[in-house]
Amino acid sequence: MSIIKPYLRLSGLEPLVVRPETNFVNVGERTNVTGSKKFARLIKEGNYEEALSVARQQVENGAQVLDINMDDALLDGVQAMTTFVNLVQSEPDIAKIPLMIDSSKFSIIEAGLKCSQGRCIVNSISMKEGEEKFIEQAYVCKDFGAAVIVMAFDEKGQADTMQRKVEISERAYKILTEQVGFKPEDIIFDINIFAIATGLEEHNNYGVDFIEATRIIKQKFPLVKISGGVSNLSFSFRGNEPVREAMHAVFLYYAINAGMDMGIVNAGALQVYDEIEPALRDLCEDVILNRNNDNNEATDKLIAFAETVKSKGKEEKKDEAWRSASVEERLKHALVLGITDYIEADTEEARQKYPKPLEVIEGPLMDGMNVVGDLFGAGKMFLPQVVKSARVMKKSVAVLTPYIEEEKKKNPKTQQGGAAKILLATVKGDVHDIGKNIVGVVLGCNGYDIVDLGVMVPTDKILETAQKENADIIGLSGLITPSLDEMVHVAKEMKRRGMKQPLLIGGATTSRTHTAVKIAPEYQEGVVYVLDASRSVTVAGSLLNKDQKGDFLNSISKEYTKLRDDFANKKVTKTYLPFAEAQKNVTKIDWDNYTPVKPTFTGTKVFDNFDLAEIAQYIDWAPFFIAWELGGRFPDILTDDVIGKEATKLYNDAKALLQKVINEKWLTAKGVIGFWPATKTAPDSVLVTSHTNEAVKLEFLRQQIKKAADQPNFSLADYIKPADKGSDFMGAFSVTIQGIEPHIKKFEAEQDDYNKITLQALADRLVEAFAECLHEKVRKDYWGYDKSETLSNEELIKEKYVGIRPAPGYPACPDHTEKYKLFNLLGGESVTGIHLTESLAMYPAASVCGWYFANPDSKYFGVGKIEKDQVVDYAARKGMDLEVVERWLSPILEYA
Amino acid sequence: MADIRKELENRILVIDGAMGTMIQRHKLTEEDYRGDRFKDWHSDVKGNNDLLSITRPDVIIGIHKEYLKAGADIIETNTFSSTVIAQADYDMQALAYELNVASAQCARKAIEEYKAETGDTAPKFVAGAIGPLNKTLSLSPDVNNPGYRAVTFDEVAEAYTEQIRGLVDGGVDVILIETIFDTLNAKGAIFAAKKFFRENKLPELPIMISGTITDASGRTLSGQTLEAFYISVAHANPLSVGLNCALGASEMRPHIEELSQIASCYVSAYPNAGLPNAMGEYDEQPHETAHFLEDWAKEGFVNIVGGCCGTTPDHIKHIADNVRKMKPRELPVVEAALI
Repeated sequence: MSIIKPYLRLSGLEPLVVRPETNFVNVGERTNVTGSKKFARLIKEGNYEEALSVARQQVENGAQVLDINMDDALLDGVQAMTTFVNLVQSEPDIAKIPLMIDSSKFSIIEAGLKCSQGRCIVNSISMKEGEEKFIEQAYVCKDFGAAVIVMAFDEKGQADTMQRKVEISERAYKILTEQVGFKPEDIIFDINIFAIATGLEEHNNYGVDFIEATRIIKQKFPLVKISGGVSNLSFSFRGNEPVREAMHAVFLYYAINAGMDMGIVNAGALQVYDEIEPALRDLCEDVILNRNNDNNEATDKLIAFAETVKSKGKEEKKDEAWRSASVEERLKHALVLGITDYIEADTEEARQKYPKPLEVIEGPLMDGMNVVGDLFGAGKMFLPQVVKSARVMKKSVAVLTPYIEEEKKKNPKTQQGGAAKILLATVKGDVHDIGKNIVGVVLGCNGYDIVDLGVMVPTDKILETAQKENADIIGLSGLITPSLDEMVHVAKEMKRRGMKQPLLIGGATTSRTHTAVKIAPEYQEGVVYVLDASRSVTVAGSLLNKDQKGDFLNSISKEYTKLRDDFANKKVTKTYLPFAEAQKNVTKIDWDNYTPVKPTFTGTKVFDNFDLAEIAQYIDWAPFFIAWELGGRFPDILTDDVIGKEATKLYNDAKALLQKVINEKWLTAKGVIGFWPATKTAPDSVLVTSHTNEAVKLEFLRQQIKKAADQPNFSLADYIKPADKGSDFMGAFSVTIQGIEPHIKKFEAEQDDYNKITLQALADRLVEAFAECLHEKVRKDYWGYDKSETLSNEELIKEKYVGIRPAPGYPACPDHTEKYKLFNLLGGESVTGIHLTESLAMYPAASVCGWYFANPDSKYFGVGKIEKDQVVDYAARKGMDLEVVERWLSPILEYA
Repeated sequence: MADIRKELENRILVIDGAMGTMIQRHKLTEEDYRGDRFKDWHSDVKGNNDLLSITRPDVIIGIHKEYLKAGADIIETNTFSSTVIAQADYDMQALAYELNVASAQCARKAIEEYKAETGDTAPKFVAGAIGPLNKTLSLSPDVNNPGYRAVTFDEVAEAYTEQIRGLVDGGVDVILIETIFDTLNAKGAIFAAKKFFRENKLPELPIMISGTITDASGRTLSGQTLEAFYISVAHANPLSVGLNCALGASEMRPHIEELSQIASCYVSAYPNAGLPNAMGEYDEQPHETAHFLEDWAKEGFVNIVGGCCGTTPDHIKHIADNVRKMKPRELPVVEAALI
C-alpha cells in the first residue's frame, strides 16, 4: 500500500511538490508591474510578446513558481491579468511551472484563477477587512483549488512584531483549517518582511521579528509554509545592488534555517552566502540580527561601508578571436571546447545557410562531433570534456528540431535517414545509473539516438520499448549482484520473444566472465560485455556495420567460449575444504585476555541533517575520477602530464558545485548508528540482542578455499566473543544523502549532463565520506574503543583504523538478504528514508550501510567461492529455501 | 439507497460501456430523433444523441438495461452534451436542463425495470455524465491569436451548474466529470458542483473525475502531465479519479499504473476498445479488453473499470466476469504529519 505525504502540491503543465528537502522555493518576481519598471512598461504598451520573454527569463533562471501582478492604477487589472495568463498558457516552457496570482484586489485574483488550469497560489488574502470577507475569499480560492498566501494583516493593521505575526497566523490557521476546510499544507503565511537599517530605531528588529516568528509558527504548525517578499528588506539601500544582494543572502540564510520555505526573489540574482566579502557579511549580519546596534551603530557602519562599495562589473576578458571564423568553424570550435554562449545564434545562422535543417546536423555539427570523437578516441580529450561537448550539441539540435519536424510534415515521404537507436536501462531492482548516463552521453556524441529508460526498469518495459522504438541495440547496466540474474532474465526473454538486437552488458558488478558464462548462452543474437564508455563506441560501431558485425560477433563468441572453458577448467585448480573443516580453521583470538569495550550507549542514535561541510572533509576523491574514467592516484592525478589539466578542471568544477551544494543545502545527510550486546553462538552465527530485547541471529559466510598453513578461513563471526567466554558488542549503521532528484531534473531540463553526472558522483562521494566520518566518531567517541586515534584522511582511506565496517552484499558478507536484519535493528526504513528494492539495492542510490566490528584483530577480506555443503547449512540456519539462497549467492557459488 | 463508498471498499465496480456505439446499432433516422415534439424543429437534429432521452426513451432505457444485464454496477446518463454550450450546435440551448432531468430519469427507470425483471438485488448506481464541452478554456481556437478564448470560465461554470441541477433533480447518485482534455473546463465543472451543493444546502454527491491522455506524449490535450492533472483536480476531493477515452487499454496501462500510485482516492479506468482502425472502427474483441483490465485488477491498480468508445455490453460482460473475484486497489495511507 502506498503512502501519501502531506506536501504542498502545485502544478502548471508539470507538478511541483514541495517536500521537506525542497529547501527553498524561488518565486520569480519580475512579472510584476509594481516591482519591475520594464515589465510595467511592456504591459502598458500592450507589448505582451516581450512581456512573455520576461516570464521566460525567470523560468530559465530557476524560478519554480511565477508571480504575476498587474496592480497599477493606469491598467485595467482584470483585463491585463486575463490576457497575460491566457498567453502564458500558450507557452509550454513558461506554463510548465505553477503560477502565483498576485493582487491586492480580489477581482484581479479571480480573473487569474479563471484562466489557470494548474494549481496556483493566491497571493494574498488577509483579515484586513474582517473575518467575514476573509472566509468568503478563502472559499473562492478553495473552489478553484488554489493554495493561499495569508498576509499577516488584521483589522488593526500589518503585523510588525514577532508576537503579532504569530497571533495573526494562529487565528487565520484556525479559521482556514476548522471552518473553511483548508489542509494545513495548502496554507502559506507571508509574515511581512519590512525594511531595516532605515535609520529609525524601531525598524531595527524587523529582521529578527520575521526570523523568530517563522521559527515559532513552524513549530506550532509544521505543515504550513512561510513566505515573504525579500527585496523589501533592503529598501533603504536602493541603487546599491551589491549591498542589497548581500543583505538578501544573509537574511535568507537565517530565515531558511528558521523554517522559511519560499520567497519572492529575482531568480538569477541570488548571491551565495559564503561568497560574500567577509567584512560586508559581518556588517549585514549585525544589521539583520540587530546585534551591536545600540544607537544605530551597526546600521551606520553598513551605510558607511555601502558608500565604499562600487558596483564592480565582473568583467572577464575572453578570447573572442574565433568569432570571426566561418559558421562551420565556429560550430566546431564551440563543440570541441564545449562553449554554449553563442550556439543558438550560430545554429540559426547555419540553418539559414543550408538548404535543409537536417543538413546542419549531418554537416557541420557531425563534423564537429567527429573531431570530438577522434580526440576522445586518441586520448586527447577526456570524458568530462566530451560531456560538455554533448551539451552544446543538444542545445544546437534543440534549435533545429522544430524546423526538422516542420520539414517532415511537409514531406512525409522523406523519412529521416535515421541514426541508429540504442536503448539503455538500469535493470529492475537496481538504482545506480552514473555509468549508464555516461555511456549514453558518449554514444550520443557519436551520432546515435539514445533512448534512456532510467533506473529500476522491468524487463517487459525494456523489451517492449525496444520493439516499439525499433532499437538497434539494447544496453543493460547494473551495480549490485542481484542485477546479474536480472540480466540473465532479460537475455532469456529476448530469446523467447525472438528478438534480433544485440545485447550490451555493463556496470560495476558485471564482468566479461559472467557475461560469457551466464548471459551469452541464453541469447544467440549477440551478447557483448562492455568495459567502459569509451569502449562502447567501438562496440556499437562494429555491431551496426553490416560488413563487420558477423566477424565481430564471431570473434566475441570465440573469446567467450574460451572464457567458459577456462572457467570450467579453473574449478579444478583450486581446492576447497569440506565446510566442517573450514569451520574449525578460525581466526585465533586470545579471548581470555581481551575485554570488549562497552559502547557509550546501546540502542540507536539518529543523525538528521548532518553538516555537509564536515562530511566533505572526509571525501576520497580517487573514485570520483574513476567515475569519469580518469584513472590514477589522487592528488597525483591533478599534476599528471597527460590528464592533469582536465583532471584539475574537473576537480575545480566539482569543488565549486560541492560548495554550492553545501551552501544552498541541496542535499541532506541522514544516518543512524546502533550498538547492541552480541555473542557468537555457533561457528558462523552471532546473536544480537536489540534494544527492544529482540534476539536477532546474524548468519555469516566463511571462506572455504584451502588456505596456506597458518592462514585461517575467515568469517566475520570469528570477530565476536563466543558465548562461553563472556559478552561482546556489535554495531551497525546506515547513511544516505537525500534530495538529489530535483537538481538532477533541473540539470536534465538544461541538457546539462556534465553537472548532472558530477552531482551524482558527488552524492556518492558524500555518502561514502559520511560513512567514514561516522565510523571515526564511533571509534573515538560513541563506541569509544580507540579514543586516542589520530589518523589523516589519507590514512582513513587506506583503512588504517582499528575495527571494520563491512557491508552486507559485499565481499566479507556477500549475502544481501542480511540487510533486512540490519535495517530492522536500526529501526526500519523510515528512520533514514532509505528504501530497499526487491533486489536489496538501496534507494536513494547514494546510501551505504554496514556492520561495525571493534575487535583489533578484525580485518577486511573476501569470502570468495563457497561449496554446496556450506550453502545447504547456511540455508538451514537462515530458514530459507536452498534454491532462494542459491539465487542470492549465485555469484559466489563454486558449483554450477 | 446503498452507499457507493461501502461497495468500493469491498469490490471492484464495473461502469458501463459506450452509449454512442450502441445508439448507432439502432440505425435511427432524423424522424426518430425529432419524435413528435420536434417534428417542425428548424434545423437537423440527427446526431444529437442526448435528445433521444426525450424523443426515444425506449432506446436509451433499453441500452442501459443491456449494460445492467452484462454486469455493470454504474450506468452513465446519456448527457455527454447536455449543456447550453454544446446544445448550441442544434440551437437547443433552452432544453439543456430538461435533457439532464430526462436522461437521469431514463437511467433510474432502467434500473427499476432491470431489478423487477431479473430479481437482482445488488446495488446499482446512476452516474450523471458531464462531458468536456466543444469549447476549451485553455486553448485558443485561433492560431494567430493565442490569447483568445471562445468561451469564458463564467459561461462554462454557468452551463455546468444548469446541467448539475438537472442531473440532481433527475435523481443521479454521483456526478461524473469525464473525458477531460482541458483541465480548466473540468475545474469549471468542479467549481460549479461545489458551489451548487453549498448554496442550495444540499448534501454533496460524490464526484468522479476522469481525464483523457490524448496521445503517446502522456499528456492531456491542454498539455499537462498526469500528475499535474491530478494535482489540479484533487481539490474536488473526488470519490475517484481515472482515465477514459482516446487510448486503448494497452496504451493506457502505464498511466493507470502511475495514477494508482499517486491518487489518494479510488482509481477508475474505462479505455476505448483499442485504437480505431483505418475505417475509424474499434475492433478489439471483448475478451481482449477484459484481459487487459483483469491484469490491472490483479496488479491492484483499479477500483472502477469499464469501457469507453467502441465497447459494447459484450465487452462489459467479459470485463465484469473477469474482475468480479479480484480484490480492489487498497486506498493509500494519507499521512497527516511529515515524520
